[in-house]
Amino acid sequence: MTTYLIRGAAPLGGEPVDVLIADGRIAALGSGPDADVVVDGAGMVLLPGLVDLHTHLREPGREDAETVETGTRAAALGGYTAVHAMANTSPVADTAGVVEQVWRLGRDAGWVDVYPVGAVTVGLEGERLAELGAMATSAARVRVFSDDGRCVADPVVMRRALEYVKAFDGVVAQHAQEPRLTENAQLHEGVVSAELGLAGWPAVAEEAIVARDVLLAEHVGSRLHVLHVSTAGSVEIVRWAKGRGIDVTAEATPHHLFLTDEEARGYDPVFKVNPPLRTPADVAALRDGLADGTIDTVGTDHAPHPREDKDCEWAAAASGMTGLETALSVVQATMVDTGRMTWADVARVMSVAPARIGRVADEHGRPIAAGEPANLVLVDPAARRVVEPAKQATKSVNSPYRGLTLPGAVVATFLRGKPTVLDGRLVESVEVRA
Amino acid sequence: MRHLLCAKDLSHDEAVLILDTAAQMAATQSREIKKLPTLRGRTVVNLFFEDSTRTRISFEAAAKRLSADVINFSAKGSSVSKGESLKDTALTLRAMGADAVVVRHPASGAPHRLAHAGWIDSAVVNAGDGTHQHPTQALLDAFTLRRHLAGGTGDLDGLHVTIVGDVLHSRVARSNVDLLGTLGAHVTLVAPPTLLPVGVEAWPCEVDYHLDSALAAGPDAVMMLRVQRERMSGAGGGFFPSPQEYSRLYGLDQRRLAALPEHAIVMHPGPMNRGLEISADAADSARSVIVEQVSNGVAVRMAVLYLLLAGTRTPAADDETKVPA
Repeated sequence: MTTYLIRGAAPLGGEPVDVLIADGRIAALGSGPDADVVVDGAGMVLLPGLVDLHTHLREPGREDAETVETGTRAAALGGYTAVHAMANTSPVADTAGVVEQVWRLGRDAGWVDVYPVGAVTVGLEGERLAELGAMATSAARVRVFSDDGRCVADPVVMRRALEYVKAFDGVVAQHAQEPRLTENAQLHEGVVSAELGLAGWPAVAEEAIVARDVLLAEHVGSRLHVLHVSTAGSVEIVRWAKGRGIDVTAEATPHHLFLTDEEARGYDPVFKVNPPLRTPADVAALRDGLADGTIDTVGTDHAPHPREDKDCEWAAAASGMTGLETALSVVQATMVDTGRMTWADVARVMSVAPARIGRVADEHGRPIAAGEPANLVLVDPAARRVVEPAKQATKSVNSPYRGLTLPGAVVATFLRGKPTVLDGRLVESVEVRA
Repeated sequence: MRHLLCAKDLSHDEAVLILDTAAQMAATQSREIKKLPTLRGRTVVNLFFEDSTRTRISFEAAAKRLSADVINFSAKGSSVSKGESLKDTALTLRAMGADAVVVRHPASGAPHRLAHAGWIDSAVVNAGDGTHQHPTQALLDAFTLRRHLAGGTGDLDGLHVTIVGDVLHSRVARSNVDLLGTLGAHVTLVAPPTLLPVGVEAWPCEVDYHLDSALAAGPDAVMMLRVQRERMSGAGGGFFPSPQEYSRLYGLDQRRLAALPEHAIVMHPGPMNRGLEISADAADSARSVIVEQVSNGVAVRMAVLYLLLAGTRTPAADDETKVPA
């Protein structure tokens, strides 16, 4: 098996060191060891391979938007070694059969480890629990359950789900959106929505569900993960819940850390997303929460859509943005380059914490130390690149960052010692990856 | 001016120019021969995705009196109802060579997409989009206000206009707040709190929940907005308890009409719900300018089409493209 030496990169942004990769593991740290292939890491940062708890791979059902193959290529280019594939496919991933299908597609593609998320309720309908136990004991070993795209709105169904998944150490990842308060909602309810005449998506519709769910989690002693927290009020509620000792974790997306509802003024549906882009005050609160640990993870909510679903009027457009290939750069721009976080913090929120929450921490989100699985990403923080959606590996072009210059670039990604990305390009050779 | 999408896009001077041009257009409309050769050879498409006979015929009359060719494209019964996208409809219009597209659409922002998505090169005139804007309505309202209360010239400096009704869902209210403010008028919105958008506090106007106190301030004009009866129930929950209560609290009845200053005028963009937001007494009173608003609409839309299209290309001799004095 080919051995690799990453020369002179800084693990977690610390002191530069040489890292030898052999037999799928980190063989040694320190200067000197020789290898078949040497990767120059001077000036670069070495992180554990990123873990996304929130990816829409769209297969099965919407292969026109993304496939497991194209989505995991995008993930590898973004520095990921593991992604959790959301359940809102067609058919819905609410049975052992569907989650095993997605899991096998991911294994066959081989770019990252694909961990399917199981639906909480049958067909995402919010009425009856899906066979959570069957999915947990399937080959896919599902631990994260979510109706993402829809809220588990019925409080009794949510309570039962929180209780039931305790049997197999699962977690319910909630899309917090009170449905009655958000019927036909198009944009954050506030000054911009009032002026644009777009139906408002009020912050309270998220916060009411987050508040209810943390109290339910406390009552039944379960763990809860709150997806795409988007409002200052939600951050405050999660902070309060953690202070109380409630077992809650929370996610922010790159776009909610970077963009505001002002982007909607041109009515370009590339900025339509659910939950919607919020105000500058909300963005500031999310950054504070991520920096102080209230928010545990950055999840991409990578949501590819075919062109026709965005090439239309705002109200008719689908919600969602691509994000796998830009997430790390957005986190660098908003948190690292602003002095709010270190690279060790980035590793925590984009790898260690999501791996722990998704119960894949035996393989991912590990320390950079001898003997550990060689799931790694090499980042050049000094690089600058213009986002060109058409040149990305994702099948869809709905990136809200198109045309922007973002900092940082993924130079190499290693999955169990094999490079999936070298020199910023996918390693297509099956022999090298196999 | 390349497009007319939003009243906010108009500067003070642009707005006054449109009103001045509309006044010249209106003057020609009392002649025996109303038709002008100005836009001969140009094509105006009325693209209506939403029923609005009044606005459509107003634009149609305006375009025809300027000698433009008019194509009426109604979403009802066309391929749009079979699911053709806005983009494909736009590409069809481009292929047909439309010089201007007048668009009415139920989705806020659809005219912006039409103008800026790169689908067509035509000038786009917003004839009402969702709950966003209806700029030619605001222009005809400003024209009417100027004629009655400002001597028919200049702007609306110092006038006080009170707009009453369903502001939340009203593109007329949004356009008027923008345009009347630009022209120097002072606007007060009156509505139950449920029919005001969250975020209205950022608008350049006053807000009052009570019609009687707003009228006691002595406005120069009162504009009543149409209130749809279905707002009372429906999926979003009732915005007000009953039509009767709405009418009692926010309707312009005989008593409130009598409380208006002597010179004040009564306006309504139509179509009216007589007996709900406006009583027959008020609608038919001597201070009502509601019917005149309709005829002013044609002159204002002639001015808008003229300013957008004349001079962008010269289809005929110079003397034919000049504004008739």
